[in-house]
Amino acid sequence: MFNNVDLVETFTELIRRASTQLPAEVTDAIERGRAREVDGSMAQKALDTILVNITKAGEKSAPLCQDTGTPVVWIKYPVGVSTKRLKEDFTAAVHRATELKYLRPNAVNTLTGMNTGNGAGRGIPCIHFEEWDEPGLDVRMILKGGGSENVGIQYKLPDSRLEAGRNLEGVRRAVLDAVVQAQGKGCAPGVLGVCIGGDRVSAYEHSKEQLLRPLGDTNMDSDLAALEERLLQETNELGIGPMGFGGKTTILAVKLGVLDRLPACYFVTVTYMCWADRRAFARINQEGAISWLS
Amino acid sequence: MAELKLPISEKEIRSLVVGQFVHLSGRMITGRDAAHTWLMQEYRAEVAPYLKDTVIYHCGPVVNQKDDGSWEFVAAGPTTSIREEPYQADVIARYGLRGVIGKGGMGPMTLAGLERSGAVYLHAIGGAAQVLAEAIPRVEKVFMLEEFGVPEALWVIHVDLFPVVVSMDSHGVSLHDAVEADSKAKLKELIASKA
Ligand code: SF4
Repeated sequence: MFNNVDLVETFTELIRRASTQLPAEVTDAIERGRAREVDGSMAQKALDTILVNITKAGEKSAPLCQDTGTPVVWIKYPVGVSTKRLKEDFTAAVHRATELKYLRPNAVNTLTGMNTGNGAGRGIPCIHFEEWDEPGLDVRMILKGGGSENVGIQYKLPDSRLEAGRNLEGVRRAVLDAVVQAQGKGCAPGVLGVCIGGDRVSAYEHSKEQLLRPLGDTNMDSDLAALEERLLQETNELGIGPMGFGGKTTILAVKLGVLDRLPACYFVTVTYMCWADRRAFARINQEGAISWLS
Repeated sequence: MAELKLPISEKEIRSLVVGQFVHLSGRMITGRDAAHTWLMQEYRAEVAPYLKDTVIYHCGPVVNQKDDGSWEFVAAGPTTSIREEPYQADVIARYGLRGVIGKGGMGPMTLAGLERSGAVYLHAIGGAAQVLAEAIPRVEKVFMLEEFGVPEALWVIHVDLFPVVVSMDSHGVSLHDAVEADSKAKLKELIASKA
């Protein structure tokens, strides 16, 4: 299956798109933030620079940010497709995209400190597979930058410092605290992907998966939808602002997801995505026709 | 917006205050984690002239080698500075640096070092890799490329109107401390006002 499709080429193009073009909804959100900031403020100048940068990267087909991040990928595939081959092809695409400078050589041997040189390494790219009933492939990727990854955080409720219990009020406190801890270090304004519940591993993955949602969508769960909206407003009242310069634009969207948990555990896991909220989505049908979803 | 020429004097640096936008022009050098450790292991006489009276940029660039062997920066935004907190004040004092460019700000050791040595912390716009790469028209040379790889090597670069904000000055003032204190106070308020 997919034998007549050059998947390496398709995945390379997916990476190029993500690295060089910011989704229009993200640019729009940054523009709305800019309009709210005081004229001539540091916050506004920071957002201006970011907006010029977005235009230039698109025009030149060059990386938006020099930290081209970890490719984190979710692939849905039909019965009978080899995930081993998909992984090989995606890894080959990472090599190619690195040669073409859409990606920086971004994988380092943890023990020796040596750069692998080709963008790939143990655990990089990070690919999640899921079989589905459709005949085609659905590929969704984010490029997750390191500065923002470093400010991701996992809380274990109850948390006595925050007086946060095992309920949505506790979740609210944890998320607000995460943003205060991050300050501007995750290249604010950012997008928050949050997982309520799960275990220590599944929760981080699920929090990242929230970043695939459109910025403006509404959570299907009405309580979570209300909390998302409230957190969006409150995080922007913290005054941290773009780059932590102070200002009104700290967070562009908050996306909450839920996994079930063990009776003993209640994690709140926050993934912080920087303003360079790079993603690209594609559908590939059996004949190899590609539709870009982003 | 003021334009500052590199190399720069201590007097000029001490005249800068938190919140100012400045444009840098002249020669500077990049260096991040590996570079800072290496600079402190022993005195690196070969690099010292490229550090004196200029600034070190915390940056791991994407670099392209042209057919004639010369280099160009393709993408070059700042990286998180706080990782250099254990070394920064010493590197500044030892090599006579006048400043640091990075993102996210730095801690109390660096702030004290800036005051002592007459240097500033300049915040570049995180992620603005294209805007900043365009402000770097020339790469003069590179140190430790083989050993450290492209992102970690020390690149001697020439900048033209490179935009930054003074976020920690040589008078003990840090914008980051102020924003953090305000946001913590606001957090307390928000938590107190439950549903
Ligand atoms: S946090 Fe994001 S925008 Fe900032 S340097 Fe890293 S990848 Fe780039």
